[in-house]
Amino acid sequence: MTKQHPAWSPYDNNGGTCVAIAGADYCVIAADTRMSTGYSILTRDYSKICKLADKCVMASSGFQADVKALQKLLAARHLIYQHQHNKQMSCPGMAQLLSNTLYYKRFFPYYSFNVLGGLDNEGKGCVYTYDAVGSYERVGYSSQGSGSTLIMPFLDNQLKSPSPLLLPAQDAVTPLSEAEAVDLVKTCFASATERDIYTANKLEIVVLNKGGIHREYMELRKD
Amino acid sequence: MKLDTSGLESTSPFFGSGDELCPELSAAPSFSLPLSTDFDEFQKDTKATLKHAKGTTTLAFIFKEGVMVAADSRASMGGYISSQSVKKIIEINPYMLGTMAGGAADCQFWHRNLGIKCRLHELANKRRISVTGASKLLANILYSYRGMGLSVGTMIAGWDETGPGLYYVDSEGGRLKGTRFSVGSGSPYAYGVLDSGYKFDMSIEEAAELARRAIYHATFRDAASGGVASVYYVGPNGWKKLSGDDVGELHYHYYPVTPSTVEQEMAEVAGA
Repeated sequence: MTKQHPAWSPYDNNGGTCVAIAGADYCVIAADTRMSTGYSILTRDYSKICKLADKCVMASSGFQADVKALQKLLAARHLIYQHQHNKQMSCPGMAQLLSNTLYYKRFFPYYSFNVLGGLDNEGKGCVYTYDAVGSYERVGYSSQGSGSTLIMPFLDNQLKSPSPLLLPAQDAVTPLSEAEAVDLVKTCFASATERDIYTANKLEIVVLNKGGIHREYMELRKD
Repeated sequence: MKLDTSGLESTSPFFGSGDELCPELSAAPSFSLPLSTDFDEFQKDTKATLKHAKGTTTLAFIFKEGVMVAADSRASMGGYISSQSVKKIIEINPYMLGTMAGGAADCQFWHRNLGIKCRLHELANKRRISVTGASKLLANILYSYRGMGLSVGTMIAGWDETGPGLYYVDSEGGRLKGTRFSVGSGSPYAYGVLDSGYKFDMSIEEAAELARRAIYHATFRDAASGGVASVYYVGPNGWKKLSGDDVGELHYHYYPVTPSTVEQEMAEVAGA
């Protein structure tokens, strides 16, 4: 008996790449702005980055409908938190919330590859990286999405710091300055755009530091 | 069959008190399930592309002084290494550890859930939960979800009133009491080293070295294991992390590069 394939799938992959880098007192989160389906481009100007709280920004690639649903859910939960606690949710708190939210759909997952960036309670940069069902880890830098296999080895080469699991513990803060980190991110995307068809058009960069949130754009190859 | 969702009930007292404009948000969180009878087959091809993180080597054994627990730190998604610094030894409470093998999200979520239940037990009964009890709680939950595609192969190691305790619990619903276990894709290699070197009468340092070597050898031969070999000891006063060593460095520590004897040496030609 041949396997029956369903005629319709609830999932689609809209492509794109996200990167986040944590520094001593800043965090850089970036994503391209191309949204595709198969070999077609749906739009050249779609933001994959969402501000969840004052000190917490999420970038997600994958199936953008699931990403949109996830962003709405987290925004609503954050609003309830603000009403109950009279303050913004911290980045580590939001990280745990995102993990649980993803896991509650363990049997019908959000097709969403997320990277969360922000400032922790001490003002240091933090980046959390996720898989599709919610397993997460705090890291110094991460990339997710179609171009992640191109970008991650490069970031490992430039930024690799001693593992937090080593004993005796070694300091793991990225020594780069904010401007150097932004420059590194631009370099990553310029290269990924060359070799990944789903990463292109424009790069949106969000920088979080004690002065607040700052957003800038860079043009990428449009082909 | 009624699923054991007690761990998912919200602990917040304010959850239901909001007005019912958004009942989904104020209701206690629960798993959203697809409208299908066979969860394993549901969207199997797409879930395969999601390739959630797994692949590992973990081990634990009881010896004279207590329990030794060790693990690697690599998470792989298909052929891609998604992380080299995953914490696979989870600290449930100061005297109990859990190891992670299989789906990373499954292990993280259910161990955290187990930690919550253990704490509730302490508050309700004014005494710590036993390792037997904690492993039974976890095994019952996993049995409830049997057949739905969870992938969990964990060991619960701890020290309670009866002394050292070690249980293996998996997502098929199995629960085994034992003195020596290794779980994960690298476990056959770890068993080889562990079984040949094991003695009940070992000092803590000897046992730690055995555990470290077993993990190192597994990472050497298993592609899905690597990163940092962490070793924990559980004694009467709780657990303590003994070491965390990069397996690449352990390799040269165990097998240092010795300069070979030179028979003929090429001399520099002057002025050529």
